[in-house]
Amino acid sequence: MAKPLVLHLLLLLICGSALLSSGSVIHPISDAHRSAATELFVPAADGSFGSLEETYEALRTFQILGVDRSSAKFEGTCKTVSEKLSSPTTTKDLYHALKITAILGCRTESIEFDGITSRLQTAVKDASSLLELYYSLGGLLTVKEQGKDVILSDADGTFQAIKALSQSDGRWRYDKDSTGSSAFAAGIALEALASVVSLAGSDIDQSKIAVVRKDITKLFDRIKRYDDGTLYFDEKNVDPDQYKGPLATSASITSGVTAFAAVSSEKLNIGGEKILGLAKFFLSIGIPGTAKDFFYQINSLASLENNRISIPLVLSLPATVLSLTAKDQLKVEVTTVFGSHAPSLAVSLLKVLTPDSKEVTSFEKKELEYDPENRIHFLDLSPLKIDVGKYSLIFKVSVNDPEGADLYATGDQIIVTAFLTGFIKVDKAEIAVSDSDAASESVQKLDLSKDSLISLSANHLQKLRLSLQLTTPLGHSFKPHQMVVKLRHESKVEHLFVPETSSRQYKLVLNFLGLVEKFYYLSGRYEIELAVGDAVMENSILRSIGSIELDLPEAPEKAAKPPAQPVDPLSRFGPKEEISHIFRAPEKRPPQELSLGFMGLTILPLLAFLIGLLRIGVNFKGFPTSAVPATFAILFHGGIGAVLLLYVLFWLKLDLFTTLKALGFLGVFLLFVGHRTLSYLASTSAKQKTA
Amino acid sequence: MAKGTNDAKLLIQSLRKAYAATPTSLKIIDLYVVYAVATALIQVAYMAMVGSFPFNSFLSGVLSCVGTAVLAVCLRIQVNKDNKEFKDLPPERAFADFVLCNLVLHLVIMNFLG
Repeated sequence: MAKPLVLHLLLLLICGSALLSSGSVIHPISDAHRSAATELFVPAADGSFGSLEETYEALRTFQILGVDRSSAKFEGTCKTVSEKLSSPTTTKDLYHALKITAILGCRTESIEFDGITSRLQTAVKDASSLLELYYSLGGLLTVKEQGKDVILSDADGTFQAIKALSQSDGRWRYDKDSTGSSAFAAGIALEALASVVSLAGSDIDQSKIAVVRKDITKLFDRIKRYDDGTLYFDEKNVDPDQYKGPLATSASITSGVTAFAAVSSEKLNIGGEKILGLAKFFLSIGIPGTAKDFFYQINSLASLENNRISIPLVLSLPATVLSLTAKDQLKVEVTTVFGSHAPSLAVSLLKVLTPDSKEVTSFEKKELEYDPENRIHFLDLSPLKIDVGKYSLIFKVSVNDPEGADLYATGDQIIVTAFLTGFIKVDKAEIAVSDSDAASESVQKLDLSKDSLISLSANHLQKLRLSLQLTTPLGHSFKPHQMVVKLRHESKVEHLFVPETSSRQYKLVLNFLGLVEKFYYLSGRYEIELAVGDAVMENSILRSIGSIELDLPEAPEKAAKPPAQPVDPLSRFGPKEEISHIFRAPEKRPPQELSLGFMGLTILPLLAFLIGLLRIGVNFKGFPTSAVPATFAILFHGGIGAVLLLYVLFWLKLDLFTTLKALGFLGVFLLFVGHRTLSYLASTSAKQKTA
Repeated sequence: MAKGTNDAKLLIQSLRKAYAATPTSLKIIDLYVVYAVATALIQVAYMAMVGSFPFNSFLSGVLSCVGTAVLAVCLRIQVNKDNKEFKDLPPERAFADFVLCNLVLHLVIMNFLG
C-alpha cells in the first residue's frame, strides 16, 4: 500500500533536510575513495588513460591513494612514454611523460636525459608564456629528482620572468600580451617559482622570495568562505574559456602555495585556519564524479597532508545516530585528511545545542577519553542524562604537545550534528465512544505493545475519543514529528485526522455529526490505523488499532460521491471480454440445376435465330472473291472475333487496363481492315448501281 | 363475330405479303432484334423466379440484349432504302457504326458483368 511508504518517505525527508541544514559532513579519505578511484580511472588495453595528461593524473592519483600500479599493463605505458621522450614533442608532453616515468619507476637506461635536459633548458630560455615556463621547469625538476645533474643557467632571470607576470592583487597573467589575470594562473606561477628555487639552490636572492610571500598573502585575501568555516578560491571576472571553477582554482593555488612554502626558508604568513578551511573544502566534495575532479581533490589533499605551513587535522564521527537504548558511546576520530594518525590530542565536548540553538544547561564541558587501541576518543552518554532529540555538538581539539600546536591546524570550534534516539513509552492510551451530551462513555484501554484489535460501534449522533501520552526515556513528555489517525472504509475510502496536543496528552475527538458529509454518508466498517513517527523514535508506530462500525444516515440526492479508488493498473493487461462477430448472412442462391437449365434456355433463341437466317435465305454471294479484298474481309471478321474473345478473357481473368491496352491495338487494326473491306464493298455496290 | 375474325385474318395475310416484299438484309436485322429481345425476356423471367441477386449481372445481361436490339433498329433505319432521311448515307458506313457501337457496348457490359 502506498500510504505507509509515503509516511516513511516523509520521515526520511525530514531527517535528510535536517542534516543538510547544518553543513556537510566531513570524513577523511578512506577505502571508499580507493575503490571509487579504481572504478573511475579505467585504463585502456595499452595501459593509457587517454591523453598523456590524463594518464599522468590517473597514475598520480593511484600513487597517492596507494592503489597498485605494478600491473603488466603499465609496462606498455613505460614503453610508449619512453618513445615520447625520444621523439620531438611539446614541453607539456615532455613534462607529463617525465612525471609518469617517475611515478611508475620505469627503467631509465634507454632514456637520453641529456638531450631532454637541453631541450627543456632551451624551452625555459625561449618561453613566452607562463604555462611553457611551468612545464619546462617542472620537467627539469623531475629529471633532477631522478638523480641527474641539472643546471638552470639563468635562475634569477627566469624568476624575474615569472614574477613579471604578476598583478598587484596577487593574481597572475598567462603571458605578457594577455590582459586578463586569474587565480588559477597564480597557483601555476607559484609552483613554477618553487621549481626555480629548488633548481637554483641558494642562488636566488632572498628578498625576491620575500616579495612573493607578500603576493601570497594578497592572494589569500581573495579567499571565500562558507558558514561552517570551509574556505575556497573562485573567480568571477574571468573570460568564459578561462574559467576553471572553484575546485580547479583552489587545487592550483593549494599546490602552488604548498610547493612554495616548502622552498621558502621563512614561514608563510597564512594562518592554520586557512589551511584547515581549504582541507575541509576538498573533503566536503566527498567522492567526485569525474576523473579530473578526483585528481584535483586527491592531489591537493596530498599537498596539504605534508605541507610546511600547518597540517590540517579533521574531526569526524563514525556514527552520528546514537541510541540511548543500546547505551551507545559518543565516538570521535581525529585524523589527518588521509586518515593517518594524528599526534597526541585532547578532545573536549564544549556544548550541546538543541535545534533552536539553545544550550542544554544540564551539560557541562567534558573531555573525551582516549582509546589507544582503536585510536578513538569516546564519551559515555548515559551518565549525562541527555534526552532523545537532534543536537549540535560543539567540540574543541587541542594538541597536547605545545611545540606541535604550531605544526597542526585543528580549528577553533567544530560543530557536528548528532541524533540521540531512544524508546518512547506510550501511556494511558484510550479509545472511547460517547454520546453527544457526554453523559455515558464506553472506554476501552489500548495496549499498543500487544497485537490486540478493538472493535467499536457508533452512530452519527455519537463521538469518538482517542487519547494517549508519549514519554521519553528520561520521563519528559514527547512531541513526535508525525501523529496521524486514519479511518478507512471497506470501499477503501480513507480519512486522515491529526490529534491535538494539550499539556502532556494527545487527544483526538471525532464528532460524527459534523463528519457525516466528509465521510460521504458511507456507513459500514471503518478500520482505525494509528501512525506515530519521529526521527529519534526507535519504536515508531504504524499499525491498525481495530475497527468501528459506523451507522450514518442515508445520503441525500445532491451529496458528493466518494472519490473513485485507483484501479489496479495491471488489470488493463488482462484478458478482455470476447467479441462475437455477426457476419452478413450469405444471399440465398437458386439451386444449380435451375441456373444451368436457364442457361440452356438462353441458348435457344440463338438457335432459333440461326434457323431463321437459313429460312430467309442467307448467302455468301456478297463475299469478295479476288485475293486482296478477300483477305481483308477475312481479317475483318477475324478481328471482330478476336475482340469478342478478348472480352471473354476480360470477364474470365484479365483486368480492365490490360483489356483496354489490347483493345487499343485490336481496335486500330480492325478500323484499318474494316475500312478497307467496307470501302471495297461500297465501291462494288456503287459500280453495280451505275452499271 | 365471324366478320371480325375474318377481318383479322385478312389483315394478317396482307401484312405477311407486304413483309415478304422487304429486302433480305432488313429481314436479317428484324430477326436479330427478335432474337435479342427473346433473350432479354428469358433473363427477366429467370430473375423473377430466383430474385435479383446479383443485380449487376442481371442488369448487364438485360441491357446487353436491349442495347444491341436498339443498335440493330438504328442500323435498320439507316440501311432502309425507303427512308428519305438517310439517302446519302452508304449502308457500309452504317454497318461500321453498328459494329463499333456494339463493341463498345459489350466492353461496358463485360466490365459490369462482374
